[in-house]
Amino acid sequence: MMDGANRNTGVMAGLMGWVDERLPVTKMWKEHLAEYYAPKNFNVWYFFGSLALLVLVLQILTGIWLTMHYKPDAEEAFASVEYIMREVPYGWLLRYMHSTGASFFFIVVYLHMFRALMYGSYKGPRELLWILGMLLYLSLMAEAFFGYLLPWGQMSFWGAQVIISLFGALPFGIGEVLSLWIRGDFVISDATLNRFFSLHVVALPLVILGLVGAHILALHEVGSNNPDGVEIKKNKNAEGIPMDGIPFHPYYTVKDVMGAVAFLFLFAFVVFFAPEMGGYFLEHANFEPADPLKTPEHIVPVWYFTPYYAILRAIPDKLTGVLAMGAAVMILFFLPWLDRHPVKSIRYRGPLFMMLVMVFAFTFVALGWLGMQTVTAVRSEVGLRLSELYFGFFLLLWVHSKERSGGYLGVTFAVVAVVLLTVDGIRYDAAKAGLMMTSALIPLVYFLFFLFAPVFSNLNQARPVPERVTA
Amino acid sequence: MSSSDVNTGRRRFLTGAVVAMGGIGSAFAAVPFVASWMPSERAKAIGAPVEVDIGKLEPGQMTRVKWQGKPVWVVRRSDAALESIKKLGDETLRDPDSSQAEQPDYVSGEFRSIKPEYLVLVGICTHLGCAPTYRPEIAPSDLGPEWEGGFFCPCHGSKFDLAGRVYAGVPAPTNLVVPPHKYLSETRILVGEDSEKA
Amino acid sequence: MIKRIFLGVALAVAAGTAQAAGGAIQFLDAKVDLDDKASLQRGAKVFVNYCLSCHAMSYMRYNRMGKDLGLTDEQVASNLMFAADKVVEKMDVAMEPDDAEKWFGIVPPDLTVIARARGADYLYSYLVTFYQDDNPTRPFGVDNVVLRGAAMPHVLWPMQGHQNYVREAVEGKVTSETVSALSTAGDEILVHRTVTLEGGDVVHATDRLQVAQGGSMLPGEYRAAVRDLVNFLVYAAEPAKLERYGMGIWVLLFLAVLFVLSRMLYKEYWRDVH
Repeated sequence: MMDGANRNTGVMAGLMGWVDERLPVTKMWKEHLAEYYAPKNFNVWYFFGSLALLVLVLQILTGIWLTMHYKPDAEEAFASVEYIMREVPYGWLLRYMHSTGASFFFIVVYLHMFRALMYGSYKGPRELLWILGMLLYLSLMAEAFFGYLLPWGQMSFWGAQVIISLFGALPFGIGEVLSLWIRGDFVISDATLNRFFSLHVVALPLVILGLVGAHILALHEVGSNNPDGVEIKKNKNAEGIPMDGIPFHPYYTVKDVMGAVAFLFLFAFVVFFAPEMGGYFLEHANFEPADPLKTPEHIVPVWYFTPYYAILRAIPDKLTGVLAMGAAVMILFFLPWLDRHPVKSIRYRGPLFMMLVMVFAFTFVALGWLGMQTVTAVRSEVGLRLSELYFGFFLLLWVHSKERSGGYLGVTFAVVAVVLLTVDGIRYDAAKAGLMMTSALIPLVYFLFFLFAPVFSNLNQARPVPERVTA
Repeated sequence: MSSSDVNTGRRRFLTGAVVAMGGIGSAFAAVPFVASWMPSERAKAIGAPVEVDIGKLEPGQMTRVKWQGKPVWVVRRSDAALESIKKLGDETLRDPDSSQAEQPDYVSGEFRSIKPEYLVLVGICTHLGCAPTYRPEIAPSDLGPEWEGGFFCPCHGSKFDLAGRVYAGVPAPTNLVVPPHKYLSETRILVGEDSEKA
Repeated sequence: MIKRIFLGVALAVAAGTAQAAGGAIQFLDAKVDLDDKASLQRGAKVFVNYCLSCHAMSYMRYNRMGKDLGLTDEQVASNLMFAADKVVEKMDVAMEPDDAEKWFGIVPPDLTVIARARGADYLYSYLVTFYQDDNPTRPFGVDNVVLRGAAMPHVLWPMQGHQNYVREAVEGKVTSETVSALSTAGDEILVHRTVTLEGGDVVHATDRLQVAQGGSMLPGEYRAAVRDLVNFLVYAAEPAKLERYGMGIWVLLFLAVLFVLSRMLYKEYWRDVH
């Protein structure tokens, strides 16, 4: 509060009064900032929501400015990017901020989602919040996919070619028409580029902004979760204020500013010193103009798509692979109904859940790494097994939502075994028999351990959840 | 949250410091955005100086080049044309001494050129931007018996003399613009670059 | 705990995927140094004299190159401009794409950003490993160790001379072989080959590239000249590199100070919270 500007009387108060009668500014300020009570025990994992918003703003600003110079025409696109890099004053900086921002957006969002996984932030009454977040995740992936075509490099072109041809896998002629309709042409061409430009610059940003608004409103309606998974609204003081809550402003505004500065430091380091990030943020092959007649040796999507790409590639049948890849993303929507365990946070769910989550994280990262490599028999096999672990995670969450009898677990294991053996039977290849049998150990150990551990140990024993939040 | 031992002074100072430094940072961050609107290298290249060959110009003849997207005229004035310029004065012209006119400081006097013989002008009417026509002939029927030669803008009837000076009583407010230029030799003019001496 | 494991995995993944493509050759080290302006100038001269007749560098303007390399417009115009009139022009090439396709079978690619697409070490290795090849399928009588079947003639032969490829004999029947690494030994370039024999044994052979007929430079001098050229190509691929490091230091310093201040502010307010 600066000297001289007295909130309750005077010119400012009069002005605010006039505005408030016409637009509820003060009411919104109170409801969402000064009197929005958030748990006081947020840790590092709780920075990523506000950081995602920061990156969104950065992408929109730099994106608007890039659009002032970029030419969405197949003949001119590649050259226009180099024009921005060399001839527009500070154009190179705008470009690097945008390309770095895209990758950082996914880093932040993946960490943000992982937080939800650890602390059960998707559980009731936050199911819709989670779904809105998932819709945001899908929109972000689409936005990145459309945006990546725009530089019109070899990877832009061929990456889009591969992904769109996946749609072609759909049966009964739907696939063909769908691919044609998406492309607007028989091959990826200027028509495709122009429409992807419009979707990337106008359509999806509007969708994303709307979803972000809804996401924040949904959050504020039920209140934030916290690392202990304790509902702070259950313990209110005489004034009706949660005893473990603190007003978002000034406590979290001040904390998020600090977090933002730390983030910008890392961001600036990459932008100024390593914008290519070894070829992960700006892929080397994309510095060659798109050539429909020359396929690059090694087509890979950008790093943030590779976990799903690995799942796609691991399955030998094209249509099944596409369906599995889609399922891998869509299954996340159902998390609130798959995991119905009453305890929210990893801190109180027992060691088994922690190990399960860590293995899932490792699986996701390992799939991501695999998705970037060239295909070999061993990698393909490992990819399939890791995909089995990936989907197994969700099954295990559902199974362990409550205490199950040994018989129940036994039947579950038997069903899983039948499914996996059927899959192995369908894809059986005598040349790879040894490899298949060895790799089968991966899902075998995984399911044996995670299904039966509660029977033979108390690893799945939840600890009592405190009434009030801890540090 | 106890409000009694809050160090308001320290909070105010730190808040002020962070806000001030954040403001400075934002100002610096704005630089690339604002600067990127300035002409790019491509625009500057297209706007680069243009050479004009005047070796073959006859007295009374005009040649035209494009510089920075604008038409630039080079007129070789005859002795008669130079005489007629001297005749015009305050009554006919709005700004005979070019006090309001846009011209480099190495161009002065009533001829508004480095060499009296050659006139270099930007061919854009100072009224609303049309391209005036070159009318060197004396007393044509549409311009009246007083016309000693000059430029006539058909859009709204503005008139300029053979030094590009605007007539009084016409819509155009100022004399035609003289662009920066220099002589590379007797037969070559570089439009778009200043001559060394003032 | 979770954080640490996560970070560890992430770093391991990052470190382990330095060579994402299988079967990559260990190239020679191009020793790029963009601060060496003299090297960049020499490289520009080689480029303009030998490469620009077929390969465009159409995203680079002559005056930009001059400014970054510390040359005046006049110096650029008199030493480095053959196919253009004005210093503001782009470094385009006169060859028509259709003609190029007819003569070479492929349009010589624009080289402005080739160093970002292929890497400096690749380019350097490519330009020093041309060798004589009598095979009638080779249109220009040469082949290249790094890019087998290259459509490009050995343009720099006046400087390097002609090299012969001397294979090391290997006992046994060869079923497959691949080049794994390159190295230098005095005037020669060594080509390290991994050979798989019938029966499954894997052996290593070391072939040599030897200058048979000398050019205007000794092998060491030639490699230095190619290094200058590649240095120039790395510069040309990203002129902004020259200024972004300097700017970055200031930005990071500023943010570090701002972080300290904002953390003090955070700590001050959070003293309220227990």
